[in-house]
Amino acid sequence: MPLLSVEKMSHEFGGLRAVNNYSLEIEKGQIRGLIGPNGAGKTTIFNLITGIYKPTEGEIYLEGKKITGLQPNQIASHGLGRTFQNMQLWRHMTVLEHIKMARYSRISYGLIGAFFGTPKRHRQENEIEEMAYSLLKMVGIAHHAGQIILNLPYGDQRRVEIARALATEPKILFLDEPTAGMNPEELIQMMEIVRKVHKKLGLAIFLIEHRLKVVMELCEIIQTLNFGQVIAEGTPEEIQNDPKVIDAYLGKGTVI
Amino acid sequence: MNENNRKSLGIRSFVKQKTQALFSEVPLLGWLLGMLIAVVLERFVGEVLAESLGLPKVPMLFGLVTMLKYPLMIPGTILYVLMIFVLPISVVARLTSGATNRVAAKLLDLPLLISVVLHIGLLYAVLYLWSEVSAYRVLTLKLTLIAVILTLSLNVINGYMGEFSCSHPGFMALGAYAASVFTVVLFSNDKLFGHALLPAALGPFMFPIALIIGGIVAAIGALVIAIPSFRTRGDYLAIISLAFMFIVKSLIENLEVVGGPRGLSSQPDLASLPTVFIWTVACIWITNNFVRSTIGKALNAVRDDEVAANAMTVNTRRTKITAFLFAAFWAGIAGGLFAHVLRYVNPSTFGLQKLAEVLAMVYFGGLNSVYGSIVGAVSLSMLGEALRPLEIFKWIIIPLLLILIMIYRPTGLVAFKEFNVGKLVKPKNKPDQRKSDAAA
Repeated sequence: MPLLSVEKMSHEFGGLRAVNNYSLEIEKGQIRGLIGPNGAGKTTIFNLITGIYKPTEGEIYLEGKKITGLQPNQIASHGLGRTFQNMQLWRHMTVLEHIKMARYSRISYGLIGAFFGTPKRHRQENEIEEMAYSLLKMVGIAHHAGQIILNLPYGDQRRVEIARALATEPKILFLDEPTAGMNPEELIQMMEIVRKVHKKLGLAIFLIEHRLKVVMELCEIIQTLNFGQVIAEGTPEEIQNDPKVIDAYLGKGTVI
Repeated sequence: MNENNRKSLGIRSFVKQKTQALFSEVPLLGWLLGMLIAVVLERFVGEVLAESLGLPKVPMLFGLVTMLKYPLMIPGTILYVLMIFVLPISVVARLTSGATNRVAAKLLDLPLLISVVLHIGLLYAVLYLWSEVSAYRVLTLKLTLIAVILTLSLNVINGYMGEFSCSHPGFMALGAYAASVFTVVLFSNDKLFGHALLPAALGPFMFPIALIIGGIVAAIGALVIAIPSFRTRGDYLAIISLAFMFIVKSLIENLEVVGGPRGLSSQPDLASLPTVFIWTVACIWITNNFVRSTIGKALNAVRDDEVAANAMTVNTRRTKITAFLFAAFWAGIAGGLFAHVLRYVNPSTFGLQKLAEVLAMVYFGGLNSVYGSIVGAVSLSMLGEALRPLEIFKWIIIPLLLILIMIYRPTGLVAFKEFNVGKLVKPKNKPDQRKSDAAA
């Protein structure tokens, strides 16, 4: 049984068919890539699987359980963590608070604990704080823990986002363009982090990328999307040489 | 700070720096002690001093009212305030800073609760002694404390959660009427509800129940707004909550059972100063606990980016509704207290003017901050009282002040500051001294 499987998912915005008949199977510990030209529907697919949009047709299963139509927070608690293309961080909160917040669904002290500061609350808050620090260490920004997020450099904000997604204890991690806007040095560091996370936590990873270098090096299998439809699927080598992919990126009949 | 910098900053900041340097080591305990001495001083020599300075009576709110009414008495009033409040407080605070720091440090060895309770007790003593001089002071103080509850609860919605709610007067009215009906039926001989059902001696014990009933009724009202309006974000809540406020007001106006537009009176005299004080402290304590927990921080996450919060397992819908009901509950409590302080309520109290007042306090004091709510509520209620002699011009000066605040500090005076009680009661020795203390 695959970890995540999407069966014949379609989605329409008004009359526009943004995603058409999309299927996906990801096994445990696999790294998968999703590429495609701008506007191909990559982020829409992410939003559909993570529950931000509800698919018009099709079903999504996580570990055999149907998650279609659940709220994003329920899907996230089932073990699907994600980052965002434009880094949706909480601008008034500190780095540490970001990571702690992602433990929300595992907090059990309830409102009584929140209102009256019970010992159980202090114990749990300390636990998640420790856990948050270890995650921050893993992505290499523990020294920023007390900072307001906006004070961090861009690359570090990206790391916070990954650590935040990891704090939800995902079984599969969705990365939406994790290297967007990064310089070559930051790019290499980010790839290292993704590898480290993959190795240490044994996560399955599904990533959208524009930079072929990243996708080619990291992913085992790549899907190429154009106009909401998968036009090619295979190993990096196969994708690189697929005429349909070249057409999608460069236009028909281009001679290289 | 280096020499060049200091020169360029000018005399004013130089004075500011000097005073800061002089008082930076005074712990909260020292300030409270200073205030205690000052209010005791006022009780013993206040009247004599006022007379000798040519004042008709002891200035009630630090002389502002007297100064505005009789400009000729400005020097006398200033002298009075200096001699009774400013000088004793600063001198005592400065001179005892060594001793109070030691006491504060000793207290920290015990559980934090003891230190906090002691500070609160001292604060109560100061307020009690200060207000006991006249009924006017007691009333102003009670209304100010109620304003603190109200502002803090509205800050949970408008500041922490980042929505814009206008229904606070409505919640307050619900709480005021629910609590009043409860106590009037049980403890008062009233023409609307007949004879008292219980002996008046039970009143103080049943009063918390009355208030909590008021809070719960307000929270139920909030649920009516929350369910439809939290399906989407944006201006809907503002509009629906404004409508709710008017609905509550006209509902009560047309409800003859509770007196209609004439209002409801003869509430038993249950909201004594200690009662109001304890409820205010409880509100601050619980709210502060709430907003500092990860569950409460979820409000900030929802405000800053709801999609991200949802994707990080935060149940945004439940978070928003909980916070909204929580705020309404405290507004209801404030309403109940308000009704029993004035011992008369009528529906027109809970209209647009009240709304403007509370909103002004929240935005003046500072969003997303318990400190801000306290500062905003206290300063605007005091200012409102102090500027009373100006009559209608009061409503020009206060809005002007608000505009200035919005220009120079758009989020309010003390916004986004965490209210850390542990830090507040700490001794304020020099850093090196504190380190050696910690080592020992």
